[in-house]
Amino acid sequence: MRYLPKSNSERRAMLEACGVAHADELFAHLPEAVRLGRPLALDAGISEYEIVQYFRDRAAENANGYASFLGAGVYRHYRPVLVDTVVSRGEFLTSYTPYQAEISQGTLTAIFEFQTMLCQLTGMDVANASMYDGSTAVPEAAMMAVRATGKGRVVIARSVHPEYREVLHTYARHQGMPVAEFGYVPEAGTIDLEDLDRKLDPLTAAVIIQSPNFFGIVDQVKTAAEMAHRRGALLVVVFTEAVSMGIVEPPVDADIVAGELQSFAISPSYGGPYAGILAVKEKLIRQMPGRLVGQSIDTHGKRAFCLTLATREQHIRREKATSNICTNQALIALMATVFMTVYGKEGLRELAAQNLAKAHYLVSKVAPRFCGKFFNEFVARVDGPEDANKALLKKKIIGGVPLGRFYPELADGMLLCATEMNTRAEMDAVAEVLA
Amino acid sequence: MIEKVRHHLSQNEPLLFERSSPGKRAYQLPELDVPAVDPAEALGAENVRAEIAGFPEVSEVEAIRHFTRLSTWNYAIDHGMYPLGSCTMKYNPRINELVARTEALAWAHPYQPEALAQGSMEVMARLEAALAEITGMDAVTLQPAAGAHGELTGILLIRALLQKRGNPRRKILIPDSAHGTNPATAAIAGYAVENIKSSESGVLDVAALEQLVTDDVAALMVTNPNTLGVFEENIIHAAEILHAKGAMLYMDGANMNALVGIARPGDFGVDVMHLNLHKTFSTPHGGGGPGAGPVAVKAPFEPFLPAPRLKRSGKRWTYDYKRKHSIGRVKAFYGNFGVLVRALAYILAHGGAGLRNATVDAVLNAVYIRKKLEPYYDLPYPSPNMHEVVFSDERQARHGVRTGDLAKRLIDYGFHPYTVSFPLIVHGALMIEPTETEGKMEIDQFVDAMISIAREAEADPQLVKSAPHGTRTSRVDEVAAARKPVLRWKPA
Amino acid sequence: MVPENLRYTKEHEWLLVEGDTGTVGITDHAQEELGDIVYVDLPRVGTALAQASPLGSVESVKAVSEIFSPASGEVTEANAALADAPEKLNEDPYGAGWLVKMKLSDPAQAGSLMTAAEYQAYVGAEK
Repeated sequence: MRYLPKSNSERRAMLEACGVAHADELFAHLPEAVRLGRPLALDAGISEYEIVQYFRDRAAENANGYASFLGAGVYRHYRPVLVDTVVSRGEFLTSYTPYQAEISQGTLTAIFEFQTMLCQLTGMDVANASMYDGSTAVPEAAMMAVRATGKGRVVIARSVHPEYREVLHTYARHQGMPVAEFGYVPEAGTIDLEDLDRKLDPLTAAVIIQSPNFFGIVDQVKTAAEMAHRRGALLVVVFTEAVSMGIVEPPVDADIVAGELQSFAISPSYGGPYAGILAVKEKLIRQMPGRLVGQSIDTHGKRAFCLTLATREQHIRREKATSNICTNQALIALMATVFMTVYGKEGLRELAAQNLAKAHYLVSKVAPRFCGKFFNEFVARVDGPEDANKALLKKKIIGGVPLGRFYPELADGMLLCATEMNTRAEMDAVAEVLA
Repeated sequence: MIEKVRHHLSQNEPLLFERSSPGKRAYQLPELDVPAVDPAEALGAENVRAEIAGFPEVSEVEAIRHFTRLSTWNYAIDHGMYPLGSCTMKYNPRINELVARTEALAWAHPYQPEALAQGSMEVMARLEAALAEITGMDAVTLQPAAGAHGELTGILLIRALLQKRGNPRRKILIPDSAHGTNPATAAIAGYAVENIKSSESGVLDVAALEQLVTDDVAALMVTNPNTLGVFEENIIHAAEILHAKGAMLYMDGANMNALVGIARPGDFGVDVMHLNLHKTFSTPHGGGGPGAGPVAVKAPFEPFLPAPRLKRSGKRWTYDYKRKHSIGRVKAFYGNFGVLVRALAYILAHGGAGLRNATVDAVLNAVYIRKKLEPYYDLPYPSPNMHEVVFSDERQARHGVRTGDLAKRLIDYGFHPYTVSFPLIVHGALMIEPTETEGKMEIDQFVDAMISIAREAEADPQLVKSAPHGTRTSRVDEVAAARKPVLRWKPA
Repeated sequence: MVPENLRYTKEHEWLLVEGDTGTVGITDHAQEELGDIVYVDLPRVGTALAQASPLGSVESVKAVSEIFSPASGEVTEANAALADAPEKLNEDPYGAGWLVKMKLSDPAQAGSLMTAAEYQAYVGAEK
């Protein structure tokens, strides 16, 4: 096997040194009943060439050469070449969590830069070193709010990504954390403030909204914050489209921002791996789950970084930890870090402006379902979205997400996303079918 | 002022923010082919942000140099042995990186029509089947994003099944040698944690278990082999004790690298378990993630698995969302697909026999290290070990040198430290897991280094206590970092 | 170093009784075992505590230790200086590093705690 470096003579020499005649004796202490008395029923190992071929064959069974207008939490943005160049370096790719600070300054420094950029983007004081993804960041934010406020229930907007809400319900069900949902305004697609007011009571730990929300609409963060704070609850603002932060006012009134960075040079990759993020106001640092990198000095007085505030985490506090999270998404967060570096201050703005322009070009050709202000995706009113998508596929276009599956009342809704990767010609073709 | 250069320019690399200057750029967007829009009009003036204060502004050359220089400050498997116990730091085949970037896989959107995602679905189905065969379990979900996430999924599955049988119960039993994620997971799943003391030989104390298992116990969470690298020889008996009381056996699969092709959890009584693809199946750790934590279960748990489930419908794969007993989703979409591709590529490369050979080499390396180091380091538990071996610093502590110091000195010899101070049942633990990735020469060099350090600890303890001496960064003041946390850069 | 005028618990807290006011801290032995203390979590003023119930926690870089109240009563003051300077706990555990003052509901409870001599013997035996 080509990944095993020993020659047979080396193996024999080592066995001999161990006082073992045959490799099987290494397992002699295992009870007979637990031993697998046969080879694994898996095919024989194959060569590199055959592996490449296998995955090429699988890729051929997927969509190839299609334009796409899918968004809904996963966005198609150009990935600068520098991103893979950096993350392919073995020093980043094949290193472990940076517990040994002396020989991990590369990863630690990059994470410190990541934390800083996320604070600059979101307007929060502290950002952690990443969570699994946006969907799991939501229950972590909810649990954080429960710890911080000493209250037990959370309310979440129906305009938060439906799969994120499902994940929250899974976590909440077994913790005695009641979750109530509140609606959106049928005309605008923004949160229904009256419904929120009805469901927000003094026992509420967190109000969770998304902006831009699942329908692409920039939502009422400030008002939601005022309402939450009046009742002693925290406001959690979720985002799925990180590029929006290049141009949209950040959720500075939130207490916790829980988001997904997939838009920052992370391949759609059929749903993962992505990188989630939690960013919070200063007062919540000690309630925050996940790893944090802090600045310090070494024995020579030189600036150095290390993992810090680890007493919040599972390997120390065990059943009293802020979360059970251990592995995070360091390499994916590094992709986002390189992306933010490449685009920088001006570039992220220009990229966001292009997205805004593309989506607004597309909307001008179809019938929007909501009147709320949106960033790069919106709901179009389409008679029979499934049939429309079939017609689009014939033109080698994957249309938007039909919303009936998530919102029965929006069976005539199709969530369309346009990014810098969509051309005017593609959009004109979509308009022709949907008009 | 001239910046002093030691060894190489890369030693003085500043932070991105300190490198920035206004107007520098590393990007160019295509010309917009639609009319530009006024942000204030499109978004509402109150929703348009001011510039992102402090955000980096660097050129492309500076960007690549920055990250390349940073990278040289890291140790990595590509440099050498990484004997972190419990972490299974093995070689990451580069072919796996290549195939994960195959365009129509990497750019597949989770909501693209099933008919246009058959390749991705086939990859997942094949991996599920392979993991079921390797573990001896009946069904696998690939949704969990990492090991601890898999643990949570697994415990929720147990909860759901017990609930359906009438009572979810209150307690989870966890040996004192367990990973910290186990108790943290049980707590998040709404269970009280009760610790079981390990026996004198460092394994599960079956007599104690028998006492503790009541109608109130939902499950025992056990790592096998345990964190001492010792196979739980009474595992079948433990499973019988649990099952007799209607409780379940959960296995933390962190140490599966000792068992693949040799023994299957499904054959020794395990009901639910998770795997860490970033350990046993070689997907890169990437400085802390991403991972993937598939959960494998026995048939009675299958109805409770997270939705959606892959389902064969004629010649096509489809998703089954209508699963009324499901615990629900634990993550958006279907799992960390890119990680799953890499794990499958690893399994395909090895094949059944190759996987077993890897296990044999991993165990051989650990047994060999134990044999060579036993004369120099205290071995608190003499039971036969599998893929890792745990020493204690007892002999060196007499000279004031602790496991953390020995570990730091190892850096000067060109190795990454072993796992320090874990498991908790060993005072001053040195937990060493070489994996199958190391050849005889590298292992012998490691052994020589450890022997040399043992001698230094006696002859010149201060040399060891102040290590490392050869790194760019010396010991970092973690106390100062924690007392006055500085968690982001701010302009001076 | 074990001051004579204090009473001690098995969990290494000390109690100073002055009338019905109690001052609570951790012992020199405890701070030494913990190492450099980086964070102290204290109860709010007004918190009612029963003897031996959790009062708060102190953290070093790699460990968290719970503090238990040596007597019953209500917290009247928490040592705010420790928020910015947790190192005071290491430097002066019986003085500037005190944790809370409380109004004792039963000052006689101090009688159930160890004397300096008993504590010294206890620590010696524990080693």
